[in-house]
Amino acid sequence: MPLLEISKLTHRFAGLCAVSDFNCAIEPHELVGVIGPNGAGKTTVFNLITGVYRASEGSIKLNNQELVGLTPHQITKLGIARTFQNIRLFKELSVLDNVRIAHYGQIAYTPAEALLHIGRFRAEEKRIIHQALDLLSIFKLDEMAGEKAKNLPYGLQRRLEIARALATEPNLLLLDEPAAGMNPNEIIQLMDFIGWIRKTFSVTIILIEHQMRLVMGICERLIVLDFGATIATGVPAEIQNNPKVLEAYLGVEVAV
Amino acid sequence: MSKNKTIYDHFMKRWHTLTDKKYFWPLFMITGISFCTAASTFEFIDLYLQLILIYVGINIILTVSLNLINGYMGEFSVGHAGFMAVGAYVASLLTVHVFPTGAQNLLFPLAILAGGLAAALVGFLVAIPSFKTRGDYLAIVTLAFCMIVKSVLENIDAIGGPRGLLGMGKLTTLPWVFFWTALSVWIIRNLVYSNFGRGVLSIREDEIASDLMSVNTRQVKIIAFVVSSFFAGIAGGLFAHALQFINPRMFDIIKSTDILIMVYLGGIASIAGSVIGAIIYTILLEVLRPLGVWRMVFMPLMLVLLMIYRPRGIMGLKEARMFMPLRDFVTEKLWRQKKKEAGDATP
Repeated sequence: MPLLEISKLTHRFAGLCAVSDFNCAIEPHELVGVIGPNGAGKTTVFNLITGVYRASEGSIKLNNQELVGLTPHQITKLGIARTFQNIRLFKELSVLDNVRIAHYGQIAYTPAEALLHIGRFRAEEKRIIHQALDLLSIFKLDEMAGEKAKNLPYGLQRRLEIARALATEPNLLLLDEPAAGMNPNEIIQLMDFIGWIRKTFSVTIILIEHQMRLVMGICERLIVLDFGATIATGVPAEIQNNPKVLEAYLGVEVAV
Repeated sequence: MSKNKTIYDHFMKRWHTLTDKKYFWPLFMITGISFCTAASTFEFIDLYLQLILIYVGINIILTVSLNLINGYMGEFSVGHAGFMAVGAYVASLLTVHVFPTGAQNLLFPLAILAGGLAAALVGFLVAIPSFKTRGDYLAIVTLAFCMIVKSVLENIDAIGGPRGLLGMGKLTTLPWVFFWTALSVWIIRNLVYSNFGRGVLSIREDEIASDLMSVNTRQVKIIAFVVSSFFAGIAGGLFAHALQFINPRMFDIIKSTDILIMVYLGGIASIAGSVIGAIIYTILLEVLRPLGVWRMVFMPLMLVLLMIYRPRGIMGLKEARMFMPLRDFVTEKLWRQKKKEAGDATP
């Protein structure tokens, strides 16, 4: 049974069809890449899956549960987490707080217990701090736990964002251009890193990326979008030779 | 000079270890209340000074609670005077018309609590529609709310209409003000350093990211707004029984502006800042009383200078250590020790 099943997903922004008739089925533990030229609707697909936008038509099912109509925090609780194209950390907050906030859905105490710091409050807070620090230490960020997120170097901010997403304990991780702003060396490291995350946290990953080297290197399957329409799907080798894709996207690069 | 520094260091060190102690806060409460009781019974603080201290306390409650919305959450509410009015009228009506005259002293805390709860309920009703929209709308909704409250109160003759309400006993005493101030500071600090408080902060930083990190932003906003208006109502009740007279004009937008000034003077997202801002502003207003109308020239001027030289206020985004959750630091430290031990065991 597929983990995520999207059928006939369509989204319009006041007449502009950003995504039309998008279909896909993602199996557990797959690593799928979504590629396409700028403005093809890749990020819109992510925004639809995570509930930032409400789909005009179609259905998105996670483990057979319909996601269209749910709010982002409900969807996150069901097990989908994401990162952002332009890093969206809580900049003025500490690294530890960034990760602790992602544990919001797992906390068992009520507002009343929080106001008076009684009942389950202390034990829960202790648990959350331990979990957050454990996670940070896996990502080698625990030494900077007290630092404000905005003071971290760019690479570490990207890493923290992934750590924060994983703190919500997802089954499905959506990475929106994880390699943006990285040099070729860093991209090679990132490829190992993404594979390692998939194994360590046993998550399914969908990633949007422009860096062909990364996409071709690690993705098991690719979905190519152009102007909101799915123009091709398949394994990287097939995609590389698909004439439609070459025309829409890679073709330009080959010509140059 | 260096000797002074060591004495200062020594004091600060002692102070820090003192605030770490478990018994510090209960002891602080008891000492504070008994000192205030003694002060008001034996009058070794003169009545005028007592009244100023009462206003300082009330303003601290107002500032800390508004800071929750405007500082920690980064929204902009200007309706605090409206919630204060609700609390003031409900508490006053209870002590003047409902409670038996003999038992007023005894039932006074109940009246204050009822005022707070009424304001919280109204806050809840305002929060539901206003948090459906985003950003600046809250300012507009709360501004309208403030005006509605004022004109509703002006048009109900049973509660005095524009003439106002009087007949309250002088029930707001220094010990009670101390109690409610300490309580509100403690509870808001608890909220800020909890899961919900972190949710409030994340809404200020990036609301969409916060929602996507599983924070129920709507719930968090409503909790924060209800808690904030609850304490505005408490402050209103205390205010009414300190002045022994209220009318709708006292709770207009000017009052809200006063509270806003105290918040931004003290510094956003800081409890220590709010306490300092409220103290400085209240005392300055009193000290500058001889200036008469010129006060209203001086205060805005001060605010303009503040915004130029310290745009985030005196303590903007910083917190005094005494308000921080030391338990969390201890947990973190223990975790690090454990990690280090584990690392030493398996190199």
